[in-house]
Amino acid sequence: MAKIIVDGIEVDVPAEYTLLQAAETAGKEIPRFCFHERLSVAGNCRMCLVEVKGGPPKPTASCAMSVKDLRPGPNGEPPEMFTNSPMVKKAREGVMEFLLINHPLDCPICDQGGECDLQDQALAFGRDRSRYTENKNAVENKYIGPLVKTEMTRCIQCTRCVRFTAEICGTSDMGNIGRGEDSEITTYLQSAMRSELQGNVTDLCPVGALLPRPQNFRARPWEYTKTPGVDVSDALGANIRIDTRGREVIRILPRINDAVNEEWISDKARQSVDGLKLQRLDRPYLRENGRLRPASWSEAFGAIAAKVQATSPDKTGFIGGDLSSVEDLFAAKALADKLGVKNIDARQDGAKLDPKNGRASYLFNASVEGIDAADALLIIGSNPRWESPVLNARIRRRWRAGDFHIAVIGEPHDLTYPYEHLGAGPDALAKVARGEGFGEVLAKAERPLILVGAGALAREDGAAIAALAAKLAVKGDWNGYSVLHTAASRVGALDIGFVPGEGGLTAAAMAKAGALDLLFLVGADEINVEPGAFVVYVGTHGDRGAHRADVILPGAAYTEKSGLYVNTEGRVQLTDRAGFPPGDAREDWAVFRALSAVLGKTLPFDSLAQLRALLNKAVPHMAQIDEIEKADAGALTKLPAGALSGAAFVSPITDFYLTNPIARASKVMAECSALAKGALKQAAE
Amino acid sequence: MSARRLAEQQPDSFEFTPENKAWLDRQIAKYPPGRQASAVIPALWQAQKQHDYWLPQKAIEKVADLLGMPYIRVLEVATFYTMFNLEPVGKFFVQVCGTTPCMLRGSDAIIEVCQKRIGEQRHVTADGLFSWLEVECLGACCNAPMVQINDDYYEDLTAESFAKLLDDLAAGRPTHVGPQNGRNRSEPLGGLTALTEFYGADGKSGPLSDPAAAAQPAHPGK
Ligand code: SF4
Ligand code: FES
Ligand code: FES
Repeated sequence: MAKIIVDGIEVDVPAEYTLLQAAETAGKEIPRFCFHERLSVAGNCRMCLVEVKGGPPKPTASCAMSVKDLRPGPNGEPPEMFTNSPMVKKAREGVMEFLLINHPLDCPICDQGGECDLQDQALAFGRDRSRYTENKNAVENKYIGPLVKTEMTRCIQCTRCVRFTAEICGTSDMGNIGRGEDSEITTYLQSAMRSELQGNVTDLCPVGALLPRPQNFRARPWEYTKTPGVDVSDALGANIRIDTRGREVIRILPRINDAVNEEWISDKARQSVDGLKLQRLDRPYLRENGRLRPASWSEAFGAIAAKVQATSPDKTGFIGGDLSSVEDLFAAKALADKLGVKNIDARQDGAKLDPKNGRASYLFNASVEGIDAADALLIIGSNPRWESPVLNARIRRRWRAGDFHIAVIGEPHDLTYPYEHLGAGPDALAKVARGEGFGEVLAKAERPLILVGAGALAREDGAAIAALAAKLAVKGDWNGYSVLHTAASRVGALDIGFVPGEGGLTAAAMAKAGALDLLFLVGADEINVEPGAFVVYVGTHGDRGAHRADVILPGAAYTEKSGLYVNTEGRVQLTDRAGFPPGDAREDWAVFRALSAVLGKTLPFDSLAQLRALLNKAVPHMAQIDEIEKADAGALTKLPAGALSGAAFVSPITDFYLTNPIARASKVMAECSALAKGALKQAAE
Repeated sequence: MSARRLAEQQPDSFEFTPENKAWLDRQIAKYPPGRQASAVIPALWQAQKQHDYWLPQKAIEKVADLLGMPYIRVLEVATFYTMFNLEPVGKFFVQVCGTTPCMLRGSDAIIEVCQKRIGEQRHVTADGLFSWLEVECLGACCNAPMVQINDDYYEDLTAESFAKLLDDLAAGRPTHVGPQNGRNRSEPLGGLTALTEFYGADGKSGPLSDPAAAAQPAHPGK
């Protein structure tokens, strides 16, 4: 710790703190453009200049000098810095004037206006008028991908975007070419960025140079209603802010949560918003003579009631979807229980995970924050870059910190960090389990992280693989057995026991021709239901489930309901309603509640609050929002071992951009997908 | 200077010659493992020398591949330094210094000759012999104004001597590298004024009196 006096306030901070951080500790905010907490220090914008005593007698860039670089006074007094002296004021005015020399005065037509650091800081720290009468420099716009629109004349060369793509994304897409007044920010020869996190550069850019292209000229920042939400495009549960104008969701931004997504979200989380409006189911439909026709709720319920009456419970089934909230699944399960149905399952991909093996058997036990503490990593049957790009960035961050051995068993994808490829299938895992090769590294590691993906679990020998992997992961207090799910709803579904009851069928078995006569799909779009059964689809989009359905009941998407989602590490998170579902659509839990009344099996709740009370009684940890209920690692030792097959692990995600019905409806995601496929093809050539 | 871009006409491929590759491997070996990116400037320089004094896109990519760098990082370096030519240059590539000392000593007249004799900056003459570029200080200010032609400095120029120099080059006549006004290196024009008891008399230095010294190597061309 070191002492420093900031504007007369003495603070005690770690010696390696920068002056900027020390000032913040003292409650003094320092303007900045290039500095960003999560990126390396560039020190090139000079906006953060302060005056110091005990250092050079000139304004000092506070982001680039640390407290320990300052000398104490002649009698050992702590060094002093000033953030509001005349020197600082003059320095800030000067820097601002230089920055504005070549910055266009187009705030009125700039999307960033209203949330622009340059605008705000010019107002707070700049001069009141310009003395510059020469011509301004103009810079050509660049193509850098479908998600980010550029207006490069506005760029102030802070290089945040360059550092972000190099350090966080690991794709090194952007760079600063040329020099001096001819500096230009661009990608290599204007190719599209290749990262799944590229959309974040629009948040990082302090000016309006990089803007989200799909939101171009759509709304002003002050017009938005901002609602805190949780992303469902993967199982990480990134914290998001849903910005709506009127009834329409215009954009989605990350919310800072250091324990989950830091301040990043994937491009799918950010830019599948247009999918919320397209292909929507806004009224019930009935299939008549092979064609779906619009129907009223009572007609639709009538048709279902007739079918339910005519079908025995063991010929009825429920399949839970990947985007459903805990409440939706809880209501569906309650109805199934009332009907005496045992065939319920939310594991559309057939993952061999079962709540009866204990909660530790299906959580990312190490926790996302735990990645920072891990000292070795084995990835089994997963492509984290596509299954959860933000989590992958966290792994990359841990790798950058050094001393981190990573090995992969499964497909050798480019994960943005180097790793040892041990093999394609269970043989390689068995070898590690015997302590050979990478097994030695794991044996020496104190906190080994074993990341198990759906590619390893959603197969016949999934349970045996889980048992083998679990053996490698527990050391003392450390439980590194970490399942990376691909579905946002999965952990919640397993927590409430949305799995087959005694003698019930699994999702895969239910989907088989002839297995069932009546099947309810609760937003389940990732499974192919074979012909035969009468299918009731409750969901949001005209996707696979709806095409197969005989009755469609329109539901609410994740931005249109208040709901709980439990992320892959078991963190319970609440998302708020940002808007209403379109047309006649209703929240799924309410649909099941209404249907239950028609069926004469009325569910015991009339409101979301009552439902949650029941839920909390059944599953107490659902009440602990934003908390992780730690799972007992002891259960892992009892996982049943079994025979391994020789087949290679294959990640279920073949196209990052099209993994859920919302993304599949999105035109932006379709464009990204086509681009990525083209790039993959090119790379293969 | 305005924004520098890669040339529109690009060769399809670029390979280092075996000698240059071996030379480059020796440069790379100078740096500790994992730090081979440090060799990027020598690598680009050698590529440029091998490729008629300009860097094609494929050479930039080749260097990036050899050094394990992202393409954009190498492009940044190539566009930063004006010593890397991104477009074809003339057989005699004239870099005119236009920085203050040279400007005060008449570089404007030199530039005028370039414009008249060669044409626009960064354009190669139809016969492929010349192109020129205004650059910043080349570190020979005491002999201002000066130009660099390929690897050689020609100093103490006047419009006349520079025009003659260009004519000589075009005609393939030998040229005299260094000061064009009879000055010896960067010594005072009128001969030594100090330390004369140590220098000058014995031919070690001083005004060019020795015909052998005057016959410095003619411009080697390419
Ligand atoms: S584009 Fe934006 S983030 Fe990138 S350097 Fe310019 S101002 Fe900074
Ligand atoms: S924030 Fe310190 S120089 Fe930019
Ligand atoms: S100013 Fe021309 S060489 Fe230095």
